[in-house]
Amino acid sequence: MSRKSPADIAAGCIRCGFCLDACPTFKLTANEAESPRGRIYLMRHVLDAGRPMDAAALTHLDNCLGCRACEAVCPSGVQYGLLIEGFRARIEEEGLRPSAEAGARGMLLDTLTDRGRLGASLAGLSMVAGILRKAPAMPGLFARLLTGGQSHEAAVPLSGTGRSGGHLPAFTAAVGRARCTVCLLDGCVMSVLFANVNRATAELLSHCGCNVVCPHSAGCCGALDAHAGRRERARQRARALVDALECADYDVLVTNSAGCGSTLREYGELLADDDRYAARAAALGARTRDISEFLVELGVEPPTGRLDVTVAYHDACHLAHAQRITSPPRALLRSIAGLALVPLAESDLCCGSAGTYNVTHPETAAALLERKVANIIASGASVVAAGNPGCIAWMREGLARAGSTIRVTHTVELLAEAYRRGASQAEA
Amino acid sequence: MLRADQVLTDSVEMLAYECDAYTIHKGRPDVVVHPESTEQCAAVVRLCARMGVPFTPRGTGTGLSGGATPLYGGVVISIMRMNRVLSISPADLRLRAQAGCINSTITRAVAPYGLHYAPDPSSQTACTVGGNVAENASGPHTLKYGVTANHVTALTLVLPDGSVVELGSDADEPCGYDLVGLLVGSEGTLGIVTEVTVRLTPNPREVRTLLAVFGSVDDASRAVSRIIAAGIVPCALEMMDSMIINALEDAFAMGFPRDAQALLLVELDGLGPGLDAETADVSDLCAEHNARSVTAAASEEERARLWFARKQGVGVLGRVAPNKVTQDGVIPRSLLPEVLARIRGIAESHSVRLCNIFHAGDGNLHPCVIFDERDADELRRVLVANEEILRLCVEVGGSITGEHGVGVEKRDAMPLMFSEADLAAMRRVKSAFDPAGLCNPGKIIPGPSAEAAPP
Repeated sequence: MSRKSPADIAAGCIRCGFCLDACPTFKLTANEAESPRGRIYLMRHVLDAGRPMDAAALTHLDNCLGCRACEAVCPSGVQYGLLIEGFRARIEEEGLRPSAEAGARGMLLDTLTDRGRLGASLAGLSMVAGILRKAPAMPGLFARLLTGGQSHEAAVPLSGTGRSGGHLPAFTAAVGRARCTVCLLDGCVMSVLFANVNRATAELLSHCGCNVVCPHSAGCCGALDAHAGRRERARQRARALVDALECADYDVLVTNSAGCGSTLREYGELLADDDRYAARAAALGARTRDISEFLVELGVEPPTGRLDVTVAYHDACHLAHAQRITSPPRALLRSIAGLALVPLAESDLCCGSAGTYNVTHPETAAALLERKVANIIASGASVVAAGNPGCIAWMREGLARAGSTIRVTHTVELLAEAYRRGASQAEA
Repeated sequence: MLRADQVLTDSVEMLAYECDAYTIHKGRPDVVVHPESTEQCAAVVRLCARMGVPFTPRGTGTGLSGGATPLYGGVVISIMRMNRVLSISPADLRLRAQAGCINSTITRAVAPYGLHYAPDPSSQTACTVGGNVAENASGPHTLKYGVTANHVTALTLVLPDGSVVELGSDADEPCGYDLVGLLVGSEGTLGIVTEVTVRLTPNPREVRTLLAVFGSVDDASRAVSRIIAAGIVPCALEMMDSMIINALEDAFAMGFPRDAQALLLVELDGLGPGLDAETADVSDLCAEHNARSVTAAASEEERARLWFARKQGVGVLGRVAPNKVTQDGVIPRSLLPEVLARIRGIAESHSVRLCNIFHAGDGNLHPCVIFDERDADELRRVLVANEEILRLCVEVGGSITGEHGVGVEKRDAMPLMFSEADLAAMRRVKSAFDPAGLCNPGKIIPGPSAEAAPP
């Protein structure tokens, strides 16, 4: 793999401006410093001048959601995601944030990516919320630190979901003759809050003729760390995952979390400077598939069970923009009899969740969520499907706040339900 | 007058406003403002007029001639918080939008009525209708349907003294002086357009899209000349040369033959029977000029893919070199083969890298010169070659710009086309609207009034 320096990547921007109207923060502010082209211009300024980042540059780079909508529309193929993650890492590594804010951000990430701590923290917060009879919220001081003093309130990023912890079985056999063996990871956030989605994924894969292995030694993939600029931490996690999965015997690594999928696919870049791991990391990336893409590539029989629902599909940024996967999930949803897939305006505009962005930038995140919720309600759907846990939790919270009864679910859950109904009809 | 969040003053924050998509000339703004209404925009302009501060209107800055670059600093007035569609009258084929409305948003808004907005520049997903009015933008389909000037019927304009006027009407024929006609293409030098009424176009009944592959640029350009001479008016007739073909292949694996020297993308529309006959004629004419193959898009997806390639064809050059200048000369279509050969000669004599992707049907060339601005000698050679190409276009009876505007880029080449008397007439128009010379100074017209920095 030929590697480009950040300066070379930034030089690929010919300032055509095609990215501006794709960028959520530009749409909200109309400020070019809040656009991809403007941010690349700021990065070039920092790179060319060879000087430390000033406060204004830091703020505008920090305000980026990392949604990569710009990459998907960039004719010049500028790898914006790589650039921004590199700069985020610089912000952390050069200690450009006040130390208390940096500490609070670190604690948040450590908690989210640790199953035990996440479970315990959420239990604590909802207990306090129960006593106060309020929605779960971050303690005020912590919120102020996380948002760089912008706000006294910060959302609990994943409160919009019920907890459903539990591990996947280490092995789930294929129904019928096995066509291949798939590795499915428990994950960090997924295993605490979306274990039901994990179970549905395993069930679906098994139904479609795949043996499913889940190595319990595998931990978090490092996506949240990488997106937040904790590159070294992300690399440690990547190395550990590469080691853990080399002991497992499987054909394809399947993920049901868009953020993890895109990071796994870019492992080769993340560990490119590590001679011992670079090639192995790239190989792992090459074996990674999103569940929707995998099922379409595998070629599965459509489910025989009916689901009479009207569904709108939300394009998670790390699925649509980072992995360019937009048609497989829709094709799978359309394969369900009775299901009406309706268009969702601005389906690929970020919902504001964006990893830990909804905690660190509550105002922008709320504005995007409001826009997403309005589009969802206007679509006439009774269910929203998406392929990323952060988006699902955030949209649930937004719809609940708006008093809507529209359900948000993972694409996989709808499919698993349709197959399940088909199977029980066949038995009956 | 404005809230704090509508005003930018930090120099780093305003860095992105120092140029548009044309990067050779730059200028730092002192302030950037985001008015949210015509009244707010007018209030800012009145203040500028009172204080003698230059101001420059700006949309998304996708322009290719520096039209939105604040050459003398001052205030950049962004129209991007005025981006809504205001009203749609499908039966009257009219739509009114704020100037910051994105071009493709208009077509999306009227798609349910079987209508579209015809001017379709490659940047249509990002550029604004206000910017389109300023530059009199066109696109592939303007060959048959006409440029922005043919599709704008009324405007709200903030004059450089801060007063607001309504120009034109919803009617099809202008009444009195055609000031809308004057404003379209005035590159933001006569005032700031804040609202636009555009004409909508019914979608064609049927469309045929052909891709013809040629082994030589000469053959392809002769085919273009013949198609036009035969009286056929395709709705689009586009050419791409081998450097573009290969850049597209590298980026998107389109499936184009890498050894082809030229591709013609020909689109015809109309009613079935006549359309089939015309399509057959175009195929035959291409074949007569040694086309290696002529294939028709078999589905809407295939057609969309071909257009995707065409619209990404210039931007894709960012993968080849860090900078590019897209020329915009217009020449008589009958001279295509000869002029393209001479342009190749100019590029070779100055050792600059040049490729062609352009609207062949209306003779609007877009020679793209790619370079690295960090290499001073290469930059110098690029500028020399650029000027020779412009001279060539004028020499053969053409123009220095088709659709990108003069801006700052081609300002000093205006005397190639116009006499001092011609330019003096333009200056009188400018000073009738903007006697103080504060509105987007330094654009279009060379000479004393452009070079003297405003007070």
